[in-house]
Amino acid sequence: MNIKSFTKSKPLVTGLFLVTALFIFMLIGLVYTPHEPNTMNTGMRLAQPQAEYWWGTDNFGRDIFSRIMEGAQTAFLVGFTSVSIGLVIGVILGAIAGYFGGWLDEVIMRIMDAMMAFPGILLAIMLVSVFGPGLNNTILSLGIMGIPSFSRIARSGFMQYKQFDFVKAAIAKGAGSIRIIFKHILPNMISPLIVAASLNFSGSILAETGLSYLGLGVQPPNPSWGRMLNEAQPFIISAPWYVMITGVVITLMVLGFNLLGDGIRDVFDKKS
Amino acid sequence: MRFLMRKLMTFISTILLVSVIIFLVFQILPGDPAEIILGVDADPHQIAALHVSMGLDRPASERYVSWIGAAITGDFGTSLKYQRPVADIIMERLPVTLSLSLFALGLTVMIGLPLGIYITRKDGKLSALITSIISQLGVSIPSFWMAFILILLFSVTFRLFPSYGYVAWSEDPIGAIRSLFLPALALAIPGIAVIIRYLRNTLLDQVKMDYVRTARSKGVHSKAIMYKHILRNALIPVITILGLLIADTLGGSIVVENVFALPGLGSLLISSIGSRDMPLVQTLVLYIAFIVVTINLIIDLLYKVIDPRIQLKR
Repeated sequence: MNIKSFTKSKPLVTGLFLVTALFIFMLIGLVYTPHEPNTMNTGMRLAQPQAEYWWGTDNFGRDIFSRIMEGAQTAFLVGFTSVSIGLVIGVILGAIAGYFGGWLDEVIMRIMDAMMAFPGILLAIMLVSVFGPGLNNTILSLGIMGIPSFSRIARSGFMQYKQFDFVKAAIAKGAGSIRIIFKHILPNMISPLIVAASLNFSGSILAETGLSYLGLGVQPPNPSWGRMLNEAQPFIISAPWYVMITGVVITLMVLGFNLLGDGIRDVFDKKS
Repeated sequence: MRFLMRKLMTFISTILLVSVIIFLVFQILPGDPAEIILGVDADPHQIAALHVSMGLDRPASERYVSWIGAAITGDFGTSLKYQRPVADIIMERLPVTLSLSLFALGLTVMIGLPLGIYITRKDGKLSALITSIISQLGVSIPSFWMAFILILLFSVTFRLFPSYGYVAWSEDPIGAIRSLFLPALALAIPGIAVIIRYLRNTLLDQVKMDYVRTARSKGVHSKAIMYKHILRNALIPVITILGLLIADTLGGSIVVENVFALPGLGSLLISSIGSRDMPLVQTLVLYIAFIVVTINLIIDLLYKVIDPRIQLKR
């Protein structure tokens, strides 16, 4: 693989650009926002985009640009942590199921199938309704929601690789199961797992904005794009830019990670 | 027959496992339900009495068996908020969610299939580009934000459709279609994006097959090859995707119903979470998951009918 095969993939380049740009946007927001995101200015309610307020103000006169900057931190935090939870637990379960097989495989994969029976964000809604709303519970719920997809990928990979000669050689040399799983097989599965992580990242952000829109996810004072859309909805006619700008930013973020995942898959598929 | 039995066994075991997961998750719920109902200052005797009447004095396994046993006979318990049987409340709300989902699915197929075929027939770089842009954007836009855009476009600007509310079919069929059109379209767009992409891939795969070359060398018209030969083979994998889309549509309707204030299962779920009506929440989650698993079973069986070559795979 060389640099050229990377730059040739349009989805990959576009996705990488979007994600990097939004990441830098988020980093800048950590040290500088044009206005204090939570300061209300009742004289400037629902102001149109202008020199002072680039993306206008919300119904409390707060600067939308600064609030979206702060919301980016929540989006990246929720995406990164929930995908990490799903990835670690999913890969461990998938590895056990795929490598050992037998009744362990049957039990684990049946549970994963049952978790897949909850459509869309229903599983996360159920978990959040029991755990209670808030940032940490949202992350935990979305992480659990991601487990089945990672475990399926890991399982099929482990089932395939355990037949390979290099694994049989390692077993013959007396390597333990844990060593074989993590040192010998897992490194071969980095690329499908990166693809899945990227696609899951966008799924997590979509689900978080949905939950927060419904009032079940991230709660004030933590900023959230989804809740901003909830707050913007009553003003859809008087302040359409509020709804539009917030939605465009969410879409760009989700699109970025979707393209990144698809692009990486294309590059790896061409290689093999 | 063995295929059918095997599928039915999987169906039953999945449903049971789903119900166990739901039951266990709701066991984590902090606080004593009886205390929540009666208040913290309630008389301990009253709380104890309510425990017995709610069955909370029995072990969890026993409570699960009686819950699922009652559910099988259609008795889902009583809602704390409405003080009515949960089954009755669900039956009132079900038509809204079902008609919304079916409408959305109809739009997905009616727009997705012709558009997918059209884009693929105009083969070339532009078609590939358009397909990838539509399909990537379609799955990246949050459906509730798409609903906002549709409201701005069709309700505010053109004043064609109402921006919220529901009209029952029995009262006014045209009003019902008008009230469901925007939410259904918002739900359909991600599905259309998925179908277009999938259809293009399978169609292009089929074009390379030998039977297409044979038909072409026989002098069959390219349109006839497309519609009589290729499409039939390409539709089989599309049906699998349709199964996934039904689940996605049902899941998506939870959020979209809330945007349009439609009185369906999704808005009922969110409002009962808000009022901490946990018996209702628990049953609703089970009910929605049950619908999805049932649809998956039907799709599996349908798949076998359409393509008898499909063997039972483990």
